[in-house]
Amino acid sequence: MHLLEIRNLHAGVDGKEILRGVNLTIDPGEVHAIMGPNGSGKSTLAQLLAGRDTYSVSEGQVLYQGEDLLSMSPEDRAVAGVFLAFQYPVEIPGVGNMYFMRTALNAIRRRRGLEELDAMDFLALAKEKLKLVEMDQKFMNRSVNEGFSGGEKKRNEILQLAVLDPKLAILDETDSGLDIDALKIIANGVNGQRRPDRAMLLITHYQRLLNYVVPDRVHVMADGRIARSGDRQLAMELEQKGYAWLEQQPDPTSRRGAVAQ
Amino acid sequence: MTESRQHYLARFESLRERLDKLGTDRVRRLRRSAIERFGDLGFPTVKNEEWKFTNLAPLLAVPFEPANRDGFDLDALRPVAARFDGARLVFVDGHFQPSLSSVGGLPKAAVVSDLATAFAENPALVEANLGQHALAKSSAFTALNTALMQDGVLLQLPKGTVLNDPLQLVFVSTAPSKMSSPRILIVAGEGARATVVEAYLGLCEPPYLTNAVSEIVLEQGAQLEHYRLQDESARAFHVGLVQVTQGRDSHLVSHSFSFGASLARTEVRTVLGEEGSSCALNGLYMGRVQQHLDNLTSIDHASSHCTSRELYKGVLDQRSTGVFSGRIRVHPDAQQTDASQTNKNLLLSEDAMVDTKPQLEIFADDVKCTHGAAVGQLDEDAIFYLRTRGMAQQDAKRLLTYAFAREMVELIRLDAFKARIETSIATKLPNGRELAEAA
Repeated sequence: MHLLEIRNLHAGVDGKEILRGVNLTIDPGEVHAIMGPNGSGKSTLAQLLAGRDTYSVSEGQVLYQGEDLLSMSPEDRAVAGVFLAFQYPVEIPGVGNMYFMRTALNAIRRRRGLEELDAMDFLALAKEKLKLVEMDQKFMNRSVNEGFSGGEKKRNEILQLAVLDPKLAILDETDSGLDIDALKIIANGVNGQRRPDRAMLLITHYQRLLNYVVPDRVHVMADGRIARSGDRQLAMELEQKGYAWLEQQPDPTSRRGAVAQ
Repeated sequence: MTESRQHYLARFESLRERLDKLGTDRVRRLRRSAIERFGDLGFPTVKNEEWKFTNLAPLLAVPFEPANRDGFDLDALRPVAARFDGARLVFVDGHFQPSLSSVGGLPKAAVVSDLATAFAENPALVEANLGQHALAKSSAFTALNTALMQDGVLLQLPKGTVLNDPLQLVFVSTAPSKMSSPRILIVAGEGARATVVEAYLGLCEPPYLTNAVSEIVLEQGAQLEHYRLQDESARAFHVGLVQVTQGRDSHLVSHSFSFGASLARTEVRTVLGEEGSSCALNGLYMGRVQQHLDNLTSIDHASSHCTSRELYKGVLDQRSTGVFSGRIRVHPDAQQTDASQTNKNLLLSEDAMVDTKPQLEIFADDVKCTHGAAVGQLDEDAIFYLRTRGMAQQDAKRLLTYAFAREMVELIRLDAFKARIETSIATKLPNGRELAEAA
């Protein structure tokens, strides 16, 4: 059984089709990257996998550990081990970051039949994970993402990844808007979270994140489909030639879609 | 309408003998002119600009009788009183209960007494201030309170007196179909400082009416932090006025929490009468089921160099309605006025409603006045964000609602009162569970 299997997924919003037959298979331990131009459907796919109900699925299915992912609520997906690092993390004034993460972790632990962590135990866990993304503990005492810089918000996402311990982590443009130092910190954090029993799906517009987080597979998304799949060479080629190059090439995978091995 | 007016005029007549024994001639005259005024005014209708959003028909449908002094279960009240640890005056159905009260630990210079006693022991002080600030001529409810008042509180702080601990005034209603008319008079002398808590609670399921008036004078440099909790029983009616007159460089902080009652009207009015005086009016109203919670504030910038800050928040769930009317009047001579007003509302259901009405009347030119009003729903993006982190939808909504209300809780500087408000808020949230540690 695969960890994630997306079969011929068609989805859209207000009758406009955005995903037009996505096929993708991910196994534990793998790191996949999806690249593609703006509007190709990358972020829609990420949001859809996390449970955003803005989009309606017209065809196809998504199996997560063999279960129908699309019928699960966002919170059930989280409990089952799906995590989305948001492209635009939401600011939540009035809710402390520490409380937020502990409540989230305990909601998940409770549902998994694990003991909840008290404030002291959680603090110890948070301190350890903060090091991973080089974040100061003071961020835990502030409201969730409120007044955080772009880079701080992205680090806070990776921190949540580390705390919530998912099986499938989807990172939606986690590299966008970061300077090189921040990118390296994020990349280090992500690399520190690679594990044989955890898969990652990196969604990115640019190749540069992939210099630091080396993926097993690279997929190029265009026009709501995965147009091309390959190893990291594909990413480098794209970087050199641009997305326009892709559209001029015949697509060898168009008939059966891209299925990662 | 006329019927209810006649009813209360008749109640006054039947109580007249008893009422006439309370206070001096001047107080008796005050009562008489108040009841006449009430007879002239009658209860306000929605045609009255200040009552535009509140229909009093449900309140007027019940002919409330002035509450008696006896006939309640003292033992049931002990635990309620005990929750207000420290100096407290407890009133049951509007009447002072010495056995539930305790005023030890207050400075000797301070005069703290129930109003019935004050009528006898401090007549000069009472008659010099009573009815001079909260005017019977301007409101039928104030007129009715003035005519029917039997008990309440007198707090007088001579020059420089400081109350280190809060004085808590607790009003508990226990009697069905009764009305109480508590009257509070606070006179803070030059440089005096105090914190006062007013709490209105109910142990009575059927409808009853509280019609409370607080009249407050802050002399030069006096500082008052005033907390008001309206947490009446679910079917009760509550009308309350806090009327403040502020002297030079005085400072008022008012916190008004309106949680209970089926229909509540809470007014906080202050007159910044002399240079350098300032006020901060804070409020939180949270309605559920079919509650109607009306809040009116009025700030008169009657002198120059005065500052006012105002922040009211509303959370309306189910079929409840909220009202915020914020009047700021800047008089022609009130140059260098600095006023700001903010009202934010969160509607948790499609059937909940709120009317928000800022009303700025500015007659001076060198002023800084800002105001803003907002009505919104919970942020769907934030709900989704929390759900992707494993929180159930209801829990996410509750947490975000709590976060919205929390700003007002954070302004509370009394730990015990803060804890009480946090508990009240938690019970008003969908699936009420403790969220007090969300910070």
